Amino acid sequence: MCGIVGLYAKEPAFGERLGAHLADMLVEMSDRGPDSAGVALYRQPAPADGLKLVLHGPEGTDWEDVRHALAEAFDPHVSLERRGSHTVVMLTAGLAALRSWLAEAQPALRLVSAGEVIEIFKEKGHPCEVVKQLTLRGLSGSHGLGHTRMATESAVTTEHSHPFSTGLDLCLVHNGSLSNHNRLRARLRKAGVEIQTDNDSEVAAGFLAWRLAEGDSLEEALERGMTELDGFYTFAIGTKEGFAVLRDPIACKHAVLAETDDWVAMATEYRAIATLPGAQEARIWEPKPGQIYAWGA
Amino acid sequence: MIEIDLDTSPLRETNRRLQTVGANDNARQFRLFNPRGAHAVAAGLTEDLEVTVEGHVGFYCSGMNRQAKIQVTGNAGVGLAENMMSGEVRVAGNASQSAGATGQGGLLVVEGDTSSRCGISMKGIDIVVGGSVGHMSAFMGQAGSLAVLGDAGNSLGDSLYEARLYVRGRVESLGADCKEKEMTAHHLEKLGRLLDRARISANPRDFRRYGSARQLYHFKIGNLGAY
Repeated sequence: MCGIVGLYAKEPAFGERLGAHLADMLVEMSDRGPDSAGVALYRQPAPADGLKLVLHGPEGTDWEDVRHALAEAFDPHVSLERRGSHTVVMLTAGLAALRSWLAEAQPALRLVSAGEVIEIFKEKGHPCEVVKQLTLRGLSGSHGLGHTRMATESAVTTEHSHPFSTGLDLCLVHNGSLSNHNRLRARLRKAGVEIQTDNDSEVAAGFLAWRLAEGDSLEEALERGMTELDGFYTFAIGTKEGFAVLRDPIACKHAVLAETDDWVAMATEYRAIATLPGAQEARIWEPKPGQIYAWGA
Repeated sequence: MIEIDLDTSPLRETNRRLQTVGANDNARQFRLFNPRGAHAVAAGLTEDLEVTVEGHVGFYCSGMNRQAKIQVTGNAGVGLAENMMSGEVRVAGNASQSAGATGQGGLLVVEGDTSSRCGISMKGIDIVVGGSVGHMSAFMGQAGSLAVLGDAGNSLGDSLYEARLYVRGRVESLGADCKEKEMTAHHLEKLGRLLDRARISANPRDFRRYGSARQLYHFKIGNLGAY
């Protein structure tokens, strides 16, 4: 059992308080996932030609040191902003070069997300605590996804938490379980897809990343996912412009969608949506099995 | 009429209050406000109370109901009126998956749509849906009836025992061992009475009837070689 939430601001004014609303939704889904929580927020684009990264470092990481090293290796104007155990980095650099530099010079740091606008934060612990640690309530944004995890398939660690990055400005959250993830993981690794953990959902993320890299549109990648991923799932996929929702063809896992003039929301249960202003008057419906729903994406 | 605001009264306390009304108590009408998608609202009632819930409820609303008349003005989540024994549950909006699952008796009316597996393993409950039902509805239904004014999703009545299914709209596909059956005068009368009871206006003649082909009931001697 896990909880998923997604929120898309149709009106910029609503986006001003996106973090607070997403936090309320996430906390409401705590019973469904008390082991860990995470969010992907789409906000504050990196400067032109720049890159926005989120790095996770172990306790005691000297971030000032990291900043100096990044300034020296890539960009003297690099900026760092701490958020709990995560740090948002904005700089001008090539992602491939940055990846190999990280592996060599800062092996203790983990790249959580990369893109122009995406910021992924995830941590083990109760969603209430995670929300506080990451100071989520103060953040604005255009849209975001969140996940509360009750682990069934693999260990409770920050690395096993959702969302999973699936490429530049892309991420995936998953409620359910996949049964063919071992075989698929081996196949994806052979195709050169980097997979960090033994988590089933990360394989789904890796699968999408691989298909998108091969030139599929998001819709094509999801359609193909329906034939290749065996198991139960409700996926929410974040993109630079919005998000998409897909349930498995027999709709084993719950999902509900709602829309008002100000926002579009998805959640595993309506009570997460009930925390939003105007929820009582929203148009509410259940997404059909095997059908892709997308906003902005 | 007793009014209870779920923003200020804990749900557990509220449910206990509804569950412990005595057979001779005078206060039998309740109105609950602000359910905000909470689970198991008005579940486990055993007396002939009248309960109105103003708003959207979460999972398992009115589960195991006996005798009570429960009305929800909004939508209902998964497992609405699950294992209902008797009484009446009515939802003005839509209901999610497995509405009326394993119900043994009573009447469930959903004025809007329900999603998949409506009436799964029904054992005597009567269900009337004003809109459409999702896939695998009435799966392994054993007794009772399901009337749908709209359409039915794929695999309607899969592995059906003896529940009666009536659909006015389109059936995407029938499940294993479910087939269309003749709508006789007897069935027209039965359906007419069910629609009246549900206070849903529709002409029974516009419906088609589906039921069990009874081919999965018995061991077939032809399969003996498999053992």
